[in-house]
Amino acid sequence: MYPLIFRITSRYLLPIFLLFSLIVLYQGHNAPGGGFIGGLLAATAFIMSALAYGGKTARKKLKFNPATLVMLGLLTAVFSGILSLLKGDPFLTGLWIHIHLPLIGELHLGTPLLFDLGIFLTVIGITLWISFGLLEENE
Amino acid sequence: MFSIYLMLIFFLLTPLVSPLFKFFKEKANWVLAVFPALFFISMMMMIPTIQYGPKIISLQWVPSIGVNLDFVFDGLSILFALLVSGIGILIFIYAGSYLKNHPLISRFYVFLFIFMASMLGLVLSDNIILLFIFWEATSISSYLLIGFDHENPEARKAALKALLITGLGGLSLMAGLILLGSITGSYTISGMNPVTANSPLYGLTLFLILLGAFTKSAQFPFHFWLPGAMKAPTPVSAYLHSATMVKAGVFLLMRLNPILGGTADWHLWVTLAGTTTMLTGSVLTLGQKDMKGLLASTTIIALGILVTLIGLSTSLAAKAALVFLLVHSLYKGSLFLVVGIIDHETGTRDITKLHSLTWVLPFSAFSAVLAAFSMSGFPPLLGFISKELLYEAKIQAPSAGEIILITGFLANAVNVTVAALIAIKPFLGRKKKISHHIHEVPFSLWLAPFLMAVAGLLFGFFSDSLGRLIISPALAVIHAEPTVVKLKMWHGVNEVFLLSVITVLTGIIFYFLYPQFIRMAGKLSRLRRFSISTIYERFLTGFQKFSYRVTVFLQNGRLRYYLMSVLIAMILLVLLFIFPFSEIEWKLEITDIYFFDLALVVLILIAAALVLFTSSRLTAIVALGIIGYGVALIYALYGAPDLAITQLLIETLIVILFALVIFRLPNFRSFSGKLTRWRDAFIALASGAVVTILTLKAGSLQFHPNISGYFLEKSYREAYGKNVVNVILVDFRALDTLGEITVLTVAAIGVFALLKLKRKQK
Repeated sequence: MYPLIFRITSRYLLPIFLLFSLIVLYQGHNAPGGGFIGGLLAATAFIMSALAYGGKTARKKLKFNPATLVMLGLLTAVFSGILSLLKGDPFLTGLWIHIHLPLIGELHLGTPLLFDLGIFLTVIGITLWISFGLLEENE
Repeated sequence: MFSIYLMLIFFLLTPLVSPLFKFFKEKANWVLAVFPALFFISMMMMIPTIQYGPKIISLQWVPSIGVNLDFVFDGLSILFALLVSGIGILIFIYAGSYLKNHPLISRFYVFLFIFMASMLGLVLSDNIILLFIFWEATSISSYLLIGFDHENPEARKAALKALLITGLGGLSLMAGLILLGSITGSYTISGMNPVTANSPLYGLTLFLILLGAFTKSAQFPFHFWLPGAMKAPTPVSAYLHSATMVKAGVFLLMRLNPILGGTADWHLWVTLAGTTTMLTGSVLTLGQKDMKGLLASTTIIALGILVTLIGLSTSLAAKAALVFLLVHSLYKGSLFLVVGIIDHETGTRDITKLHSLTWVLPFSAFSAVLAAFSMSGFPPLLGFISKELLYEAKIQAPSAGEIILITGFLANAVNVTVAALIAIKPFLGRKKKISHHIHEVPFSLWLAPFLMAVAGLLFGFFSDSLGRLIISPALAVIHAEPTVVKLKMWHGVNEVFLLSVITVLTGIIFYFLYPQFIRMAGKLSRLRRFSISTIYERFLTGFQKFSYRVTVFLQNGRLRYYLMSVLIAMILLVLLFIFPFSEIEWKLEITDIYFFDLALVVLILIAAALVLFTSSRLTAIVALGIIGYGVALIYALYGAPDLAITQLLIETLIVILFALVIFRLPNFRSFSGKLTRWRDAFIALASGAVVTILTLKAGSLQFHPNISGYFLEKSYREAYGKNVVNVILVDFRALDTLGEITVLTVAAIGVFALLKLKRKQK
């Protein structure tokens, strides 16, 4: 069921995929990418791992329950919107801080990024929730 | 301002209830009771301010459609808020002991919290849309509370009944309030001018709003949900179904009296509903054996009395209604909680089986007697003043006084009987007869009924300041003319006093005849077939059967038929609604075709053909994947990289998910006949054609000026993002995205439930 080559490669691919998904998440504001795509990428990585090692091992690697990830994601997204309420602006208004870093340059951090992180987590959670469920059905 | 934030924070506090229980264990109820107590104190501190007129606080919410967090502090809202939070404190303490060691106790407190906060929001709202939102929140939280014992099918049924009836009223109320808003041109009650009966929409508005208020306050013919709601744990019955929620309808009538009231229609319908309800409640009460049932039907009587008084529209009647409202909440809450204690200790609520309880439950006995005195209207309790006012108001009724007076007399006599039944019957008897298993209850249980009963006594002593500080400002809200309320205990021997005496005597005669009533009720129980409750249940069963048939027809469990009905519906809707708009532009601009485009199209076509003609599922899925990748590449070629990446990833996942599922499916075995295939082909081609035409048409339709220019312009300058697609998703249209991920979550929960269900069946 779990071929050796696939197992070995997936072990090394998993962290690379995850790192890549984070990059995609961050660069989404200025280049193709974003929370949705990043989330799908990360989820694919874990599904690959699940196909190689089985659902249980993949769940262990994920460390979080997918349902927890979903709720965490939704909460993050809602929280990013509430921040602007505290300032007196309508729900989900973007708030930004600009930091000048030596070497790296200017860094824009804002609530839309946090919102995107929420989407990222939700998408990972939902995809894995469903696919782990289906996968374990077969095992 | 502090109190408004406090009320809103109540909603946010609910997730903390469970940890509080883990931390404080059995003392958590005392900690939780601090919150209503804080609110109560903040309301008390408002009392001096409202003597000079209402105070309005407004926070912006959705100003574009006139929905704001407008709250008003005046006599009426303060009176209700004090009742809700004050009784809330006691209920919070009581319920902790009552449900001690219940596994779901923290859930109970969450529901109770939501209910209390919604009720406070309801009575403090000045904006009618806000009021409606809180109104519905009380319906929903009450549904959860009635059905708290959710493993009991009776409780579930009762909860559903309450929800359907109050929900029906809620819909009607919404329509009525919107009409009211558009007639008066204002969505805040303080900004409304009175609507005269000449207004063309007055009748309809009145009907819709009254329907809402009557369902909530259990007026005939909607009274039947209230006795069912007694399936809830007793603290809930005491809090929601006697002291607070059912009074929401009464509150609404009081609040809208200056705007809609005073007309002949108002007078007729409100009084009629109230009087009928009083009568129904009186008939329903006599002959019951269950103590909770007895109290529930007297609540119907009380609501009838309140509504009748509001219908009378005189200043005196309004005053009587306000005092009676307060008195009733106190004595009914107290009696309910005493019944809860008795039930808790003896395991029965049957009035014929209980006796001698004074010896073991002295505090409950004392509270019950005191509350019962208030209920029957003995001096020097507030109940006496209230009953004098009731009679006075009814004698001075502008019309149909006799009928109202006689019904009111019967209702009050029945109240006396029930008071005697609850306060005398279970407590009298010799000490020896009592079982050894019954013990005195802890302080936290007897405190709440005790304090409520004592409050009824204290208000009797201090009726003067009560009238001046709270009832006067509240009356000023219901009746615009300024009146100074003086509550007096002793008016001398006049016709009202004589009427009171006769009422008590009749009540006592009823008490001694009660065994006869019980026997009669047993004989008449066959008549239950014709009751409104039975009609409701028949209707519900019939409706369920009908829905079942419709569902079985539309969702027969075969995916291909689901797909078929979705596609046919889409074709028909598009043909019917979108096509008549304008002509289709058939002009296709065929620009230079590159080799890549052509190759992709050919690839997609080949894959599509493969899907159609292969006899292996796996091949079909892979071929479908190729189609998806082809489309993704087309996106990439035409400059939509975000879309292309998403499509690629989704296709990959779909193929994997499909591959996981097909393990479980059998091989293609039975092939469809020729006719079926032609039918399917026709539907497939038709939907393909419709989508193609729609796509072509989409380019030529332009309802609004193009928005993409705006997005392109603002994206980098104001949202600091160069990827406009992403900026739209997470900033410009973030609310839509939030909705989408929420929908996704709901769908995932559905899938999870289905998978779990299947695993269970194995």
